[in-house]
Amino acid sequence: MPQLTTTPPAPVKRNILTKNQLPGWAIWAVLAGSLVLGAALSSLIGFNVVAWALFSAVLFVAAGYFVTLSVEGARKAKDRFVTNIIYAAFIVALLPLVSVIWTVLARGIPGLSLDFLTTSMNGMTGAVDNQAVQNGTPVLGGAYHAIVGTLLITLWATIISVPIGLLAAVYLVEYSKGGVLSRAITFFVDVMTGIPSIVAGLFAAAFFGLMFGPGTRTGFIAAVALTVLMIPVVVRSTEEMLKIVPNELREASYALGVRKWRTIIKVVVPTAISGIASGVTLAIARVIGETAPILVTAGFINSINWNVFSGWMASLPTFIYRQLMNPTSPTNVEPSAQRAWAAALVLIVFVMLLNLLARLIARIFAPKTGR
Amino acid sequence: MSNTLTEGGAKGRAGDKVFSGLTLFAGCLILVVLFAVAVFLIVQALPTFAADPAKITGGEGFWTYIWPIVIGTLIAAAIALVIATPIGLGVALFISHFAPRKMAQGLGYVVDLLAAIPSVVYGAWGIAVLAPALVPVYGWLAENAGWIPIFQGPASQTGKTMLTAGIVLAVMILPIITSLSREIFLQTPKLHEEAALAMGATRWEMIRMAVFPFARAGVISAVMLGLGRALGETMAVALVLSSGGLIPSLIKSGNQTIAAEIALNFPEAFGLRLSELIAAGLILFVITLAVNMIARWIISRHKEFSGAN
Repeated sequence: MPQLTTTPPAPVKRNILTKNQLPGWAIWAVLAGSLVLGAALSSLIGFNVVAWALFSAVLFVAAGYFVTLSVEGARKAKDRFVTNIIYAAFIVALLPLVSVIWTVLARGIPGLSLDFLTTSMNGMTGAVDNQAVQNGTPVLGGAYHAIVGTLLITLWATIISVPIGLLAAVYLVEYSKGGVLSRAITFFVDVMTGIPSIVAGLFAAAFFGLMFGPGTRTGFIAAVALTVLMIPVVVRSTEEMLKIVPNELREASYALGVRKWRTIIKVVVPTAISGIASGVTLAIARVIGETAPILVTAGFINSINWNVFSGWMASLPTFIYRQLMNPTSPTNVEPSAQRAWAAALVLIVFVMLLNLLARLIARIFAPKTGR
Repeated sequence: MSNTLTEGGAKGRAGDKVFSGLTLFAGCLILVVLFAVAVFLIVQALPTFAADPAKITGGEGFWTYIWPIVIGTLIAAAIALVIATPIGLGVALFISHFAPRKMAQGLGYVVDLLAAIPSVVYGAWGIAVLAPALVPVYGWLAENAGWIPIFQGPASQTGKTMLTAGIVLAVMILPIITSLSREIFLQTPKLHEEAALAMGATRWEMIRMAVFPFARAGVISAVMLGLGRALGETMAVALVLSSGGLIPSLIKSGNQTIAAEIALNFPEAFGLRLSELIAAGLILFVITLAVNMIARWIISRHKEFSGAN
């Protein structure tokens, strides 16, 4: 280190502005050094990749700090230190995402087949699973009933919550004049976004329990529970979208003598429709994966039920949960685990497709601007 | 006296009345629903509070029953916050101020993907991948840091412990903290940032002097919203935690949270037990409501005097 300050600046002539600055390659040199040293250190305790990455990262952050400190001074060193920490935070945040997606793909794909998507668990007993494991035959049974249930419950939740959410947002943006009521609605909609999903489920269960006797469980009750979770999301996104509709459009419409309600239906909402649609799609994506409220409201069955108003109903999230917690065959849990992961893959594909769809809607149907 | 401009609009006027009435109705319905949530939970929970203490699970009254799982809920949320807050803020800063401009939006979307994954999948990942991976870590902790009460051994051999559940929760609330604080960081007045840089501040000094003071309230509320989510999260804990009585050690099986207690016991519950679980849900509702209201209050108070608008 001492030589660093005494050696004369090499061929590149340094001017006063770049004096006391590390050259661009220095940080890569430090990185390479820490990787090598990290490998050496981790081999001391028996080499593995996790230890290597961990040691190297710590070494890199520390070495970066001290090298910068010696050349560029304390303030720059601190800057370097924080920069490295923040990059590390980002990498750490990516790890679980990559791990989750990898796990679901690796474990879900083997169980995924046309049979899985088109058969229910009706008649699937532990004996069937044991047989499949003993004979090495493919795992029978599937998630058809759960897919049907998920789609029906989500459909009903959407049918209920979208009109209410849309109208409430219209009220907030177009009709309220910043009074107590509108501030109360805004505040409580925000608060509602934070309701734990299981509490929404308990509410629906308690409500219908009082009306139709305790223990009543149907798909419709689950839809009501999801509605409680969905409305605030729809209201918030619609509100934001209606707010950015230019006032000139409304005024032009009023100037032509059009009534306010026709202005809203024919001018304001169509202008914002792409944003509203993508907001609704995101809201659906949010509730389609909810487990707890469905668990306490729709119960769980193994057969297909197309009627949301009577009888218990399966759904993908509760199917995953039940297959993991109460395997069909307690002695051979692999078939159940395989079904659970395949169902998880199906569920994630649904959610991702909805997210993608929301983005597409927002992009394709966005009002043309810049004319 | 009438003229053609005000006449003949009766139909339109009726439409106006009906439509504005409908929107008002929808707005009020939301308030009614939230009110109904509280009322129905209270009505269904009442039998528990009136019941003979000996008949409650545990035999010593409702508060003795609920107390350990309230503490368990707080412990799980605290672990999640301790892990997710620094990482979440780091990621938010990375996206708003450190990442190359062109990549920033895409990276933000990638982190938002974390929020799109259903909680039951996180739970499944927790038991299948995370818990086994943490078993050696817990063993090491019990051996070397066992004198600290929270790392007291012997460590769980399955890894299905409170700390694992807390880590899964941390992953789940990370996108909430990140996306909210990212928005706040991006709202920092550009002039403040440029002024700091022009005075010769390094990037970190600029962030400390211009971004943090501006964003403080927003970040606090983002963390509180994350806390609200962590308190109410059900499936991840129900799947990952091998529950039991309240114990200080985080690396042994034990502890329980309200949400998981409800999810695990509700399907088989009836009568008084049902009412007990609904009462537990009521307590959870009150706690999360308080946390969320404080967070929203901080945001709304901040809005009025920030220079952002």
